[in-house]
Amino acid sequence: MPKDHGIGASPKRREDVRFLSGTGNYTDDINVNGQAYVHFLRSDVAHGRIKTINTDAASAMPGVLKIFTGADFEGVGGIPCGWQVTDRHGEPMQEPAHPVLAQGKVRYVGDQIAAVVAETVEQARDAAEAIEVDLEELPAVVDMKAALADGATKVHDDLTSNLCYDWGFVEENKPAVDAAFEAAAHVTTLELRNNRLVANPMEPRVAIGDFNRGTGDSTLYTTSQNPHVIRLLMGAFVLGIPEHKLRVVAPDVGGGFGTKIFHYAEEAFCTFAAKALNRAVKWTSTRSEAFISDAHGRDHVTKIELALDADNNFTAIRTDTHANMGAYLSTFAPSVPTWLHGTLMAGNYKTPLIYVNVKAVFTNTVPVDAYRGAGRPEATYQLERVIDKAARELGVDPIALRRQNFITEFPYATPVAVEYDTGDYHGTMDALEKIADFSGFEARRKDSEARGKLRGLGVNCYIEACGIAPSNLVGQLGARAGLYESATVRVNATGGLVVMTGSHSHGQGHETSFPQVIAEMIGIDESMVEIEHGDTDKAPMGMGTYGSRSLAVGGSAMVRATEKIIAKTKKIAAHLLEAAEADIELKDGTFSVAGTDKSVAWGDVTLAAYVPHNYPLEDIEPGLEETAFYDPANFTYPSGAYACEVEVDPETGKVTIEAFSAADDFGNVVNPMIVDGQVHGGIGQGIGQALLENAAYDENGQLLSASYMDYAMPRASDVPYYNVDHSSQTPCTHNPLGVKGCGEAGAIGSPPAVVNAVVDALQSGGHKVDHVDMPVSPSRVWAAMNA
Amino acid sequence: MSHVSMTVNGKQMSGDAEGRTLLSQFLRETLGLTGTHVGCDTSQCGACVVHVDGVAVKSCTMLAMEADGADISTIEGQAAEDGTLNALQQAFQDHHGLQCGFCTPGMIMSAADLLKNNPTPTEAEVRHHLEGNICRCTGYHNIVKAIMAASGQDVSSIAAE
Repeated sequence: MPKDHGIGASPKRREDVRFLSGTGNYTDDINVNGQAYVHFLRSDVAHGRIKTINTDAASAMPGVLKIFTGADFEGVGGIPCGWQVTDRHGEPMQEPAHPVLAQGKVRYVGDQIAAVVAETVEQARDAAEAIEVDLEELPAVVDMKAALADGATKVHDDLTSNLCYDWGFVEENKPAVDAAFEAAAHVTTLELRNNRLVANPMEPRVAIGDFNRGTGDSTLYTTSQNPHVIRLLMGAFVLGIPEHKLRVVAPDVGGGFGTKIFHYAEEAFCTFAAKALNRAVKWTSTRSEAFISDAHGRDHVTKIELALDADNNFTAIRTDTHANMGAYLSTFAPSVPTWLHGTLMAGNYKTPLIYVNVKAVFTNTVPVDAYRGAGRPEATYQLERVIDKAARELGVDPIALRRQNFITEFPYATPVAVEYDTGDYHGTMDALEKIADFSGFEARRKDSEARGKLRGLGVNCYIEACGIAPSNLVGQLGARAGLYESATVRVNATGGLVVMTGSHSHGQGHETSFPQVIAEMIGIDESMVEIEHGDTDKAPMGMGTYGSRSLAVGGSAMVRATEKIIAKTKKIAAHLLEAAEADIELKDGTFSVAGTDKSVAWGDVTLAAYVPHNYPLEDIEPGLEETAFYDPANFTYPSGAYACEVEVDPETGKVTIEAFSAADDFGNVVNPMIVDGQVHGGIGQGIGQALLENAAYDENGQLLSASYMDYAMPRASDVPYYNVDHSSQTPCTHNPLGVKGCGEAGAIGSPPAVVNAVVDALQSGGHKVDHVDMPVSPSRVWAAMNA
Repeated sequence: MSHVSMTVNGKQMSGDAEGRTLLSQFLRETLGLTGTHVGCDTSQCGACVVHVDGVAVKSCTMLAMEADGADISTIEGQAAEDGTLNALQQAFQDHHGLQCGFCTPGMIMSAADLLKNNPTPTEAEVRHHLEGNICRCTGYHNIVKAIMAASGQDVSSIAAE
């Protein structure tokens, strides 16, 4: 019988009512009295030297308040990078300056040259067209390998080259890895590209800066996954505003997927300009602007090699990746191809020796940073593709080859510096076999063939590291921030609770799932709990929501704060019941004395805390509010096994997804409905990456797929219903809820399943195709079949 | 500037609009009806779908002046006076057919148009109808399921939401 209450139940989402009735409060829905509007003049060339900017005519146009250029920001800090990677020689990465508005050069199509602030957005846009920019166009660097060639044009004149870093992991293991390849019975090699993507949350970014001259306080309303992080980065590094004079509000946010983690120049501009002009300044991105200003994702070019012994045991993995950074370092960009990628290269397998080399490269393209999964999809894709290729070369069943090499004992220390606390990879594969009906596949293939189609089945596993992350560990790895989370739990006099969390919900449903945890702990109804998030004036501090960390880290902070509340209420109850504190039990919202019929209700205890007439004032303070910061002891390690069935039309090369099944182990599950939804969405994005999406640049650095006319977003007709299962549950051993995180799994686990299935389909038709790069478009499939 | 008047969700409303002002912009900025969302600038995403004289229209494809005198229905007008969700809205909540909520107004208005013209659509018809409505959160599974359920069809055999 499913639960209807607390942990494990699926109550309907409370946030839905406002979203379904048009009463949400997204950033663009906010208007501040007297606000002006900004339009950014963006570079239409990928690389150029700014000789002069003449704003005279534009400044005289109707409604224009001021036109800002790089000169106005010379005394202002640059956009900071939050992670410093150390290269294989022990040297820090090359880190270029990242100005709010271009200083001297533009480095990608979309780079901000000037900002026009006017009374209306139309006036600002019209005036921007009248700005005269004398710009000397320079050769653009687009291809990563060409960017590293001798004599290549440099994106940043003051750096020694376009190489951000050359990272080796684990460098000391390289000789042993190389020796294992020498000794291998079989080596499988695969070269592939993890295609560049645009995150495309449906809500474009928005920023509104406001300034109150009377108090000297600045406020920024922004579409962010982590408003406290923006407050810290922008306040401390860019504008020099201390936290107590800067409020950052991220209200209802329409999806993030990573690209709303980062601190963007537009946020700093609006906050700066509001003070300079003593007017609120609003910017709303168009979708076309989003394509050339939101940080992109992925864009790795990789060669992976897998060594096996004569019994098909994996003995070593060696990978060589070029990772595109774009023109500047976005907030977490350096960490994505390194610590979020190299550390996952063991996957679900007990490969004893692994070496990962990553060269991060500057190019004249939009900055690249975390997108749903961030490094882990890139690791999973190459590993699960090379295993599939190895199985085909060796003539063994790809599932059996995986099972043979599964890690089965936990905790397990990988050769890439992480320790998996728990998992059951045979368990998730067993679950997958049940829901994906492998036994019926041959009949389905025959049916497809009877209709002139090729059918393929692709299977893969994944593991990811979530719950990011232990602060002392990430500090050693170069993070310039801690990655704890905080929560304040305020209990009101009549017993209702408000949780102020540093996690941020932009679709994940925290307002529904977080109260389920409190309801379970206290034994009260979820309706007595309200979740506040997205405002730096409310929660004490917050590192925000990304890396599937909300429940594992933010939820744990909430649990710890609630435990403090419960401890205090037990003291109050003991006083009221004239009993020993140790004898007080809390169940179903009632405190009782063990072994007696004496009890007092939750609401009477909370009332006593605020009306302390009969209260142990000598021992405890009145009031009932507690804060906790939770810093995780380890990452969490969700895992799973995914299967995709495709049909390929041999006449056109068109691939259709006929079935998709996902068996995940997320540890304990608080709200199964929300977890299923997260997996569905991740799979949808993964299928999008595998079949449709590609941020394509031409050799001049022009983004060819820069609108929904050209960038193929997955539509409802591109995907099937999904079979999802999370019955295999090995709870996380080191957080109080035993949860692992589910936000990214679908996007990590699904692309290799799709491509494995396409290769399987093509080979079933007699085509000697062992790889097709994503997106597996009809033209690529057709070309592969007809090569 | 021209003065534009229209009936919106049963109420007479009016305001000034430039010749280039889009209906979506007019609804959001002039009339303050921010439930209608704008997710793109190429008329692809469908977050701005409203009904104009009973027909689903992407309100970013229409000038405000073209809607002068029209009868407009938006997401704000779908629930009952007391706030009770209509059957389609309720199905979206029951089947977790939304996550961040940004595409949702357009999804609801577009799906309402489908069900008006095709009260019991097939799954394929639902998916085809949503070609002009992009969602980035749900992978469409629960949106399609919610619309099928709202049409009165049994969705119990479809994997859980």
